[in-house]
This record gives sequence, C-alpha cells and structure tokens, in this order.
Amino acid sequence: MSLSLRRLAALCRKESYQIVRDPSSILIAFVLPVLLLFIYGYGINLDANRVRLGIVQQDGGVEASRFVQTLQASPYIAASLSNSETAMRQQLQLGSVRGVVILRSDFSAKVRQGQGAAAIQLLTDGAEPNTANFVASYVQGVWQLWQAQRLPGQAEPAGLTLQARYWFNPTTVSRNYLVPGSISVIMTIIGALLTSLVVAREWERGTMEALLSTPVTRAELLLSKIIPYYLLGMAAMAMCVLVATLVMGVPLRGSLWVLFLVTSLFLGSALGLGLLLSTTTRNQFIAAQFALTAAFLPAIMLSGFVFEIRSMPLAVQAVTYLIPARYFVSALQTLFQAGEIWPVLLINLLFLLLSAAFWLGLTAWRTPRRLDGN
Amino acid sequence: MWQRLFTLIRKEMQALLRSPQSRRLLIAPVLLQLLLFPFAATLEVKNSTLAVFNQDGGAASIELVQRLAATQAFPQVLMLHSQQEMQQVIDRQQALLAISLPQDLSRKLAAGQSVAAQAIIDGRRSNSAQIAYGYALQVIQQFAAERSHQLPPARLVVQNLYNPNLEYRWFVLPSLVAIITTIGCLMVTALSLAREREEGTFEQLLVSPLTPGYIMAGKALPGMLVALVQGCIIAAAAVWVYHVPFSGTVGLLIVSMLCYGLSLVGFGLLISALSSNQQQAFLGSFAFMSPAVILSGYMAPVENMPLPLRMVSAVDPLSHFIIIVKGIFLKGYGFAEAWPQLWPLLAIAASTLALAYLMFLRRSH
Repeated sequence: MSLSLRRLAALCRKESYQIVRDPSSILIAFVLPVLLLFIYGYGINLDANRVRLGIVQQDGGVEASRFVQTLQASPYIAASLSNSETAMRQQLQLGSVRGVVILRSDFSAKVRQGQGAAAIQLLTDGAEPNTANFVASYVQGVWQLWQAQRLPGQAEPAGLTLQARYWFNPTTVSRNYLVPGSISVIMTIIGALLTSLVVAREWERGTMEALLSTPVTRAELLLSKIIPYYLLGMAAMAMCVLVATLVMGVPLRGSLWVLFLVTSLFLGSALGLGLLLSTTTRNQFIAAQFALTAAFLPAIMLSGFVFEIRSMPLAVQAVTYLIPARYFVSALQTLFQAGEIWPVLLINLLFLLLSAAFWLGLTAWRTPRRLDGN
Repeated sequence: MWQRLFTLIRKEMQALLRSPQSRRLLIAPVLLQLLLFPFAATLEVKNSTLAVFNQDGGAASIELVQRLAATQAFPQVLMLHSQQEMQQVIDRQQALLAISLPQDLSRKLAAGQSVAAQAIIDGRRSNSAQIAYGYALQVIQQFAAERSHQLPPARLVVQNLYNPNLEYRWFVLPSLVAIITTIGCLMVTALSLAREREEGTFEQLLVSPLTPGYIMAGKALPGMLVALVQGCIIAAAAVWVYHVPFSGTVGLLIVSMLCYGLSLVGFGLLISALSSNQQQAFLGSFAFMSPAVILSGYMAPVENMPLPLRMVSAVDPLSHFIIIVKGIFLKGYGFAEAWPQLWPLLAIAASTLALAYLMFLRRSH
C-alpha cells in the first residue's frame, strides 16, 4: 500500500468539510456529550436516598409509636402514615410508595410480653428489585436502631458487628463510577454510530464510485475516514472530561496521558467497527440499525457500566470479552477513581489494543479498491 | 379515499420489507437481545469473590468464614494473610469486598463481649459492593443472633410482593418489551421520511394526489406495526421462555402497546420532519432514545432523580409504558390502574403528532 501525504491531506480536508458543514455533526461532538453526561450522571442514581415508605400503624401504644418515630427520623426514608392497610397496598401497587411497614394492633402488648412474638411486617415492591433491597436494608437499620434505643444501658449490642469502609469513593456516590462509565457509552456513540453512516452514505450517493476512479489507495481512503473522526472523538472526550471533573465534581486521579492512550485505543476499535458496518452494508439505514445493536446497546448492557459482569452467566460473560467498551469502562473507572493501578490498566490496554487491531484490520480487509470486488 | 390510504400503506410496507437484509434486521436484533439482555441486565450480585483476612484462628471465626463462603453471592473466598494483601485485592478488583476478622474474635464472642470486624468495600462499583456488603452483613447478623441469648423485642418480617424472590429477570423482561420496541419503531418512522427526501422520492409523493395527512398516516402505520409485532414477540418469550408471571389481560397489553406506538410514531415523525437527511434523522432519534431509556426508570428509579430530570421523565413515553407493562405482568393491572399512565401517552401522542403535522405542512410547501 502506497501512501501519498498530499492525497491523504486532501481527502481529510474533504471529510472535515463534510463534518463541519452538517450542523448535526457539531451537535454530536459538543452538545450531545454534555447533555448525555448530565442525564447519565444525574439520571442514574442507584443510591435510593430517601425511599418513599408507607406506614400502617394500627397500634397506638408506646412501642409502636417509638418505632414509627425512629422510621420518620431516618434520613433515608420519606414516610407517610395511614391507618388503612388497603389504601397503602393500593399505593404500593401504583408505585407511589416502594414499601409498607405494618404494625398490627397487638404490637406494643406483644413487645411488652417479651416472648419474641411481636412482628414488624414490611411489604416491598418486588417489581423494583434493587429498590426493594434498599428498602429492606434501610428498615433493617431502623429496626436495629430502635432495639438499641430501647436498651439505654448498653452503648452497642453485645456480639459481633461489622464496620464498613468504602475505598476510592467513601461517600458511595454512584455518580462517581457511573460518569466514567457513561463517558465510554458516549464515546461509543461518537466513534461507532457516526462512522457507521459515513461510508454507507458515499455508496448511497454514488460518490464512492467517483472516489474509486481516482488514484486513491485503500490505506488513504481508510485513513481519511479515521483521522477526522478520531479528532472529533478526542474533542468530545476532552469536553466530557472537563464537564465531569469541573462541573460534576468527579475525581480524576489518574494522569492525562494514560487517559489519552486509553481513549485513542478505544476510538480505534469503535471507529473500526463503525466503518466496517458502513463498508459491508453500503446502506445508511441498515448500518445505523446494526450500529445501535452491535455497539450502543452492548456498551450499555454488557460493558459493566451499570450491570456487574461477574454476575452474568458464563456464556454472556464470554460475549462481553468481545465488547471493547468493557475494557474502556474498567480502565476509566480505575483511572478516575483510583488512579494508575497498573495491573488493571495493562490488561485493559492490551485488550483494547487487540480489539483496535482486529476491527481496523477487518475494515481494511473489507474496504474495496474496485467496484466489482467486495 | 380508503383505497388511497391502503395503497400507500402497502407501498410503505413493501419499502420496509423489500430486502431480506432489512427483514432480518427487524427480527434478528430482537432475538439476539432477548437472548443476551435478560441474563446481562442484572443488578444482583452473584459469582463475586470475597476476600477474608482471618487474624483469629478460633472455632467461631472458622465457622463464620464457612458460612460466608456458603452464600450464593460468594462462590469463591480468597484467604489473605496480611493487611497489604487486603489492599492489593481491592485495588486490583480481585474482590469486591474484603473482611478482616480481629485476633480476639472467638475469645470475645465466647465471653459475650462486643467485637467488631472490618469490611473494606470497593467504592468504584459502589452499588454492587453495597449489595455484596448487605449479603455479608446478613450472614454476620444471623451468626451473631444465634450466639446471643437475648430475644429481640420484635422480629422484622420482610415480604416482597409481586416478585417474592426479587428475581431480576421478572423486572428486566417487561422493561425490555418497552425498550426493544422503542428502537425498532422509532428508527422505522424517523428514517423513512428522511430516506425519501434523500433519494428524491419525497417530491414524487408530494405531487401525487395524496394530502400530507395521508402521507403521515402511511408513514405512521408501519412503525406502529413494528412496535406491536416486536412487543408481542418479546412478551410471548417473557411468558413462555423466561416464565415471567403474567397477571393482567392480553387486551390491555395490546391497547397500551398501540397507545405507546402512537406516541413513539409522533416523536419519530417529528424528528423526521425536522431533519433533512438520514444522518440527521438517525442522530435525532438517537438524541431522543438515549435519554428516553436512561430516564425511563429502567436503569434507576425515577424518584431518585433531581426534579428537572423528573420533569423530563414525565414527558418520556417510555417511562409511562414501562410502568404499565410491569404492572400488567407483575402487579395485576387492570384498566383503572393503567389509566394514570395511559392518558399521558395519549397526550404525548396527540401533541407530537400535531406538531409533526405542522412542521410537515411547512416543509412541504
């Protein structure tokens, strides 16, 4: 493959004009990333601070009232009181509360008897399993606090307790790990979705035939598609990192050059995948659908960005190894929150390198130089 | 008049189903996603590794470690021998959670004194880690309760309604009915008009005796059909392949699918009317779809969002439809329970369709 720098520069210029002239490209590079970052960063909040809880208090006794007071004092619970169980169950069905605590009319009496027969009933909304878990653990916390308060003599209950310390993210803000993850989704969009349309458009409009009749070589053609979109992707990445750290307050503990390296490698695979779809389908509509299915959805579902990869069945875990976003997410989460932990980074860098080589190589192989050959 | 509409719809269906590639494209991704996502999209914590640094060697500590190892969440337990190792396994993500048991654990427990174990949690993935910590905490509390001779003043009895074992798949599949159909329906509607414009056939449509209303109806129907067919495939798979309980009625599901399809088609046509080529239409639908999925309550509950995003979520048709589908599957929704979500769908459909019609009129003159 021969490469003429002059021809390459001319092609790159042509491609850049095409990007700049279409206002939607600017939208993608600068407006969409920031918009999405905010939506991902603030829209996905897994921490369930303040769950809405209904309380059905059928017992007016001291013990029941104390428990209700402890519930109401919890910073994690927004409680609403009612004495009708049916009304509360209906609210649970409609989703306006996520859990209902029921204290039966004999509660205080049974507590005073001390036979262990008293029961606090908690109904959770199982249609939201994650929230149901949180509701159960918050109420459990209140239950323990209530027990401790009933025994003012003992500072802490005898027996075994577990003290938790969170590393890297002591306040457990889910935003701190979701934002680096969402950056990788955004970069997938820019890298794969945009380029999936580029070559297909040339085929649809017939300009590809015009290009192929010039002395342009395969390498030049490919590079002229990669370089401008790589620069666009890098600009969007810079934008994302600035907004994430300066506006959203996400810590960035790793160094910028590692971030640059990781992003470049990831963009290599994303651009490669997009161009491959574009080259093989030669149809914008189909390429776009493929890009959504093959790049965007896996980047959300199979990258470990929200859903833990280790919890998936082995067969699905095997599929995740093919998704470049998986390595990008892991590298970004480590770089942002923990800094340069080389054993984690090196593995991810290696796989990103392999995947970039794979997708770009496949694209180069499938890029035609002649009209009749595929 | 009906004949014209019918011919137009037939033309649109032919355009949609013309090539085997595009036919496959309407079904294959749905099947692929049905195969992968129910297993992938889970916030449960399974198969993760727990690291334990047992500084005590006593019987009680060994029993505790065995109990922790027996939970489903931690099939693997890494035994550590120093504080440095604890730091290393967390740093390198070899374990989500590391628990250190103090030297005098067995002795203090036997003497009835209080003793504290320490857990180090990987905050890089705070949600999974918190859940894993919850599992470990449960085991430890159970263990402690068995050893203390005091009865608690009251038991806490937790009952999960609608989904007793909190199976994630029961939550995911009804949501997938909504999410997967969104992609198919929106792409078909948003890109079809833009394609006609790009290929120049749009002018031909305009000079035909069809009024803009007809043209829009012709573009709307294939999208609704795609939504309906894909939705039914996923719902059927949810019931018969994944055994998710179905407690509502099929009629209500179909009615709400149609209402949802209508609101999606409204957005699709609006995007289509605003864009002048396929790339813009594609990006437009993407700019709509991505926030629509994120703010739908599928990734995280709507009530956790800040107020401005909750307001956006209120006009997101997906967030209403997911509530309805989950309600029909799991919570036995009838029309009365679904109505609070159905009317917003209809209102969204009415306003987007009207807006799209106006834009369409302006652009076709």
